[in-house]
Amino acid sequence: MLRYLFKRFLLILPTIFVPLILVFLLLRLSPGDPAGMMLGDQATPEQIAALRTQLGLDQPIWMQFVLWLKGIVTLDLGNSIFFREPVMQIIPRYATVTILLTSVALVLAVVIGVTLGLVSAMNRNKPIDRGVVTTAVLGISLPEFWFALLLIFVFAVTLRWFPVAGYNSPDAGIIAFGATIFLPALALGVRQSALMTRMMRSSMLDVLNEPYITTARAQGLPETTVLGRYAMRTAAMPVVTVAGLSAGYMLGGAVAIEIIFALPGLGRMLVEAVGRRDYPLVEGGVLTISLVLAVLNLLIDLVYALLDPRIRYQ
Amino acid sequence: MTAHSAPMPAEIVVPLAARRTVLEVENLSLSFRNADGLLPIVTDVSFSIREGEAVALVGESGCGKSITASAIMGIAPENAVIGGRIVLNGQEISALGPKDRRKLCGRHMGFIFQEPMTALHPTLSIGRQMTDTLKHNLGLSQSAATQRAAELLDRVGIPRARDILRGYVHELSGGMRQRVMIALAISCGPSLIIADEPTTALDVTIQAQVLDLLEDMRREMDLAMLFITHDLEVVGDFCDRAVVMYAGDVVERGQSADITRHPSHPYARGLIDAVPAHDDGRTRLTPILGTVPPVGQWPEGCRFAPRCGRADEKCRTRPRLETLSQTDVRCWHPLEAGA
Repeated sequence: MLRYLFKRFLLILPTIFVPLILVFLLLRLSPGDPAGMMLGDQATPEQIAALRTQLGLDQPIWMQFVLWLKGIVTLDLGNSIFFREPVMQIIPRYATVTILLTSVALVLAVVIGVTLGLVSAMNRNKPIDRGVVTTAVLGISLPEFWFALLLIFVFAVTLRWFPVAGYNSPDAGIIAFGATIFLPALALGVRQSALMTRMMRSSMLDVLNEPYITTARAQGLPETTVLGRYAMRTAAMPVVTVAGLSAGYMLGGAVAIEIIFALPGLGRMLVEAVGRRDYPLVEGGVLTISLVLAVLNLLIDLVYALLDPRIRYQ
Repeated sequence: MTAHSAPMPAEIVVPLAARRTVLEVENLSLSFRNADGLLPIVTDVSFSIREGEAVALVGESGCGKSITASAIMGIAPENAVIGGRIVLNGQEISALGPKDRRKLCGRHMGFIFQEPMTALHPTLSIGRQMTDTLKHNLGLSQSAATQRAAELLDRVGIPRARDILRGYVHELSGGMRQRVMIALAISCGPSLIIADEPTTALDVTIQAQVLDLLEDMRREMDLAMLFITHDLEVVGDFCDRAVVMYAGDVVERGQSADITRHPSHPYARGLIDAVPAHDDGRTRLTPILGTVPPVGQWPEGCRFAPRCGRADEKCRTRPRLETLSQTDVRCWHPLEAGA
């Protein structure tokens, strides 16, 4: 088990570093100069050159990379060029919002997806099954931003159940936090829940044809145990895979939702930082997302190992 | 022998004919309802099994053996329409609803499947699968169920029972898996065991061990056993009586010794000639030409006629199952005894 997890851990290291190198290169190879942008139109070339030296931008690229790697190891990602404050202080503020948003969205997606998928599989080819499958196709086809606007129109503007936009941190109380996070999380999770519904349904239908389900029934176990324990145990595996992919997707796809609902999240921060050529902040943001994704993958592997003993022995 | 097992009437040998009947199947038929109407799968199957008796259900793939077993178990597919009577220990179970049928499973009927690798749950421990059954069917506590599960594994010849309980099916060898399956089937003290090709998926050397084990269990617990197989050697060695099925029909029924030595139905003869024997000096096997007609394409009259060397005009009408000197045969031109 530990061996398996250690192997998995080694495998995630490239997941963290490859995107970092790409982002580092991409930022420096694309046009635009942070020093020029910061100082504005009136700056003299001498002033710009001075600032470039101060930021280390006059060094050769490989030297910049080495310095930056050194920064990561010493947990010092430098100062944001725009905010003029350490990246390590800025990132957690924004990352917390995005991680909370994604987590709530994932929980919603799993709860909705697993429930609907099960109901659908249990009532195969009956009207309720067809209804769920049709809704799921619709859900997959809807763009998130459109669904977000629809939610705002119905629940915030018309019914006034939720605020239109804005963010309260959990420190403000669970209800205040929930009110601002529910609609964005639903908007972000709806496509994933539709995917999970379909996955759960087909996976459950497959498992119900397995001989060990017949055995469980032939042993006289009641249908609730057969479905809830014997079938769910194996049928959940593909859903775990999808949940992992979904979480990664939502982490990256949170940008549009964060902008629509005016949430101070990492996605929005990154988009703005790229626009400002704020190299240290962009790199810090990408590093954070890679780290979160890597930890997420490790968690998924752990869930696999808990669900399936065959994996533990590999 | 472990202390908990029932007292064994080893000295008193009760003749089979005097024993209690455990299972009676009368005129069982089964059809699938589909868009075009009813598709017959099994027509008119009747047999009975007494305490301590093993009855074989023999035939090629596609003859309706397994579906007959699933009808008895009450786990036939939802679109199956079942006719006839099934009586278990004096109770007409074919008249019961699905929930009451389910309650008989495990407690009164145990099942052994062909492929234990897939018939046991891949990600639940062996112990969990056994104790789930024991707790539900016998109302045991977790610790009592674990204790009993360990005793059962011990009884079917699995060493280190406690370790195996914590293990999973993929860690066991084929023979061990089938022993676990047998332990599970007998765990709640059923009176009937239905074994669907229990040795087909095993190595030849293991087959004999598993058959010996089943034989022991049958004697110790006075189990009635329905043994589904296509292996006539197993039928002769292991079963008291045999029911030969072809295309959803019983074609011959009787003492297994009579059927394996002197079959009267040409199909039963064909099955025997297709098996390599060690002692009759034959150098070539005689296969039955052709295949079992698929469901829905059965010929009128005798369903075996297109593959039968003895078929003539008369075989265009359907023969009835009639009692000959030793066995019941459904054939217009049965073979003479000793042919």
